[in-house]
This record gives sequence, C-alpha cells and structure tokens, in this order.
Amino acid sequence: MTRKIRLTVNGQEHERAVEPRTTLADFLREDLELTGTHVGCEHGVCGACTVLLDDEPVRSCLMLAVQADSRRITTIEGVAPAEGLDPIQEAFWAKHGLQCGYCTPGIIMSARAFLREHPTPSAEDIREMLAGHLCRCTGYHFIVEAIEAAAQALRSSGPGRAS
Amino acid sequence: MKPAPFEYVAPATLDDAVGALAGEGGDAKVLAGGQSLIPMLALRLARPTLLVDINHIAGLDGLRESAAALEVGALVRQRDLERWAASRSSLFTEVLRHVAHPPIRNRGTVVGNVVHADPASELPALLLCLEGVVVARGPRGERTVTADQLYRAPLTTSLAADEVATSVRFTLPPAGAGWGFAEVSRRHGDFALVGAVAVLARDAGGPVSRARLAFLGAGGTPVRGVAAERILEGNEPTPARLGEAARAAAAALSPDDDIHATATYRRRVAATLAQRTLAAALARCGSGA
Repeated sequence: MTRKIRLTVNGQEHERAVEPRTTLADFLREDLELTGTHVGCEHGVCGACTVLLDDEPVRSCLMLAVQADSRRITTIEGVAPAEGLDPIQEAFWAKHGLQCGYCTPGIIMSARAFLREHPTPSAEDIREMLAGHLCRCTGYHFIVEAIEAAAQALRSSGPGRAS
Repeated sequence: MKPAPFEYVAPATLDDAVGALAGEGGDAKVLAGGQSLIPMLALRLARPTLLVDINHIAGLDGLRESAAALEVGALVRQRDLERWAASRSSLFTEVLRHVAHPPIRNRGTVVGNVVHADPASELPALLLCLEGVVVARGPRGERTVTADQLYRAPLTTSLAADEVATSVRFTLPPAGAGWGFAEVSRRHGDFALVGAVAVLARDAGGPVSRARLAFLGAGGTPVRGVAAERILEGNEPTPARLGEAARAAAAALSPDDDIHATATYRRRVAATLAQRTLAAALARCGSGA
C-alpha cells in the first residue's frame, strides 16, 4: 500500500507515492536522487542524515516520508547559492573542517539552525551541538574552528543569511 | 536496517485513534515524534502491524500552565517545552538540555519520552520527582495514572496497548523551592549511566518542609529516593544529613550491570549525584525553580 505525498524540497514541489515504511532519508536519496543527505546508522545516533524541516534540523532517518506531507524540507543541495558556496560551507573549506566528508552535510544543516539561534557561540556551545554528530576523521577540532569562522562570517554579512 | 512493512493510518480524532489501536489487538503502535519508535522499527526490535499517527489530531499540542501544574499535550515537542522553560523554569531547561540533541528534540515529544519508559531517560525521572501524572484515553474512557504507578519495567508502563497518552501533568515545585540535576554519561546527549534530580523546600532558614529525589539509569525503571526524602523532611538540612540521605537512597537501589558500567559503579555514582543534587537544591532554596 502506498500513499501520495506532496512536499517542497529545496524550493521545488514534488508529488510521489510512497510506502509508509520509507524514511524521509531514503525518500530523499532514492525517490528524489538527492544523495547529498547521507545515511550512516539509520537509527538516529550519527547525525549524518540531518535535514531542515520547516527550518528546524531533524534526523531524516527518524521520520517517515509520509509524515513530511505538505512540509518544507531543505537538504545540503539547497544550501549553496547559484555561484560558489554559502558562508558555512566556505568556512568548512577554509578551516579543513572535513576529511572524508561523510558527516559534513548533516553538520552543516545542524549548524545553519544553530548559528541562527546562537550567533556568537562559545567553543563549548559548539561542542555540545556537535555531540549529536559523529565524525570519525577529524577529531572535531577543525569542525569547531570552521563553525566559529562561519559564525564570524555570518555576523559580518548581516542578519538573515543563515535562515 | 529498514523497518519491516506496516500499515499506516493518520486519524483526525482521538476516538478514531483509540478505535484503530483497539482494532489491531495489541499489534499497533502510536506514532507521535517517532524518535524512540522509529529506531526500534529500524532495528526490528518492534514489528507493529499498524502505526497510528496522532500528529493530525487537533487539541493535543497544548502547553498549559497553572499555579501548581504544567500540562503538556501529546504533540508538544521537547523543543517546545524547552522554549517555554527558557523564561519560566531553570529546572526544566537544565533537564531538557540533556535529552539527546536539538534535532531529536525538534521532533521528539515530551509525552512520548515519558511513556517510552527508558529507565535512563531524563523526563521520566523528572515526572517522578515532580509527582506528575499521565492522562490516557482508551476504549473505556479517560483515566490518569500517577508516575508512581506508571513504570513497571524497562520500556514497559501500566498503560494498555489500546490507550493513547494524551498529556502529562507535572506538579510544579512550590515557590521558593530549589532544584538540582546531575547525570554522568559517556557523551553529552547520550542516555545517562546514572543521574539524579532533586527538589527541596524549607521553612525560612529552618527544617526541610518537602524533599523529592529521583534517579535515572539506576534500575529497570526511574526510581524515587524515598529513603532520602524521609531522612530530610522535618529536619535541618545539615551537610551531614544530606550525605546520610544520599547514601540511604543509593543503598536502596538495584542497578544493573551492563557493558557501560557495573552495578557497584552505578550505586556509588548515584550516592555522589544524590548528594550533589540535594546540595544544589538546598543552595537554590528561595531563589525559585
């Protein structure tokens, strides 16, 4: 049995029939071919699949696609402007905030909402936020620096950029 | 892994939700935030034949505060309560900060966390400490279950399979009461290895008028520290008495051994955390909870 859903992903409307057991993560990757959302643990621990649901970060592996009906989703594919990178992506590049890159999309999606609520975070605030994201390469240090740099860039570019 | 197939309904009324649960003979599950249920489906620890999604039922998203109580509807997310708490309750703020991570709290509901009944989870211990109740609706109508009567075993409550928990009601600490919360976990946001939450009220500079203590991660259910409460109530809260109360409460626990910690370790940490949370609660007496 499938159900029809209609939702907006990265500003584009989609209508699809989905099985109830399909998670939002699998729907994004397999039905919409938006494979930038990564799937690590599939039970909510690793944070790799984090996307924005109406601007709030959620684990897309812990939500059924049928529950995203009539909602607005933003994935990593919807972050960058037409040319270049957005300030958080730019900061990760400049500060070497990634190695293999598997965890990066989820962290960037969380960081967007986090920096909106905490425009001047302490390193401790950033580490507490990162506790919800597993990275097995970097040791986190450069990720903290990247998010600090992104916070600074967003502050100097004025409000509204990380919304 | 992926969840095994199931049927899915999203009723618009509570009666229809209860009807759908009752019609499935115990093999249906309520889906609200899904932050505990969907992992169990993915790991195939749970294989319901039907999910009853209550997210489209009107009237379950209320957060109502009165002088003595806070009622939280079944669709109130943990983040919603966190936002309420930011200006209203430092106790709730501190406890909620330890519940998983923001992306989980954005979806996870307060009621769902309370009735999922993970013994190492923070909100069940808070409900017990604040002598809260769960309101549930089933085929035979509505009933309330006190926190004392709710928890039976890990992930097991006294609610029936055809009952929907519609709200939880926390009794707010009396004016002038102080609180303490502490937990030990491997990483921030992990389930606690052990934790404790305490609320104390005292007559101006005098004896303790009310003491409540609850532990998480210290047994198969959240546990009230009744022994500590008895030692403290009616007596001067001297440092020696707080220590005696904490040790007595920890001695009554029967924590489990697992790969993360031994029962002995948990009991010793519980005594220390009880002492710290009671001392913190005493220090905050008079400054509001």
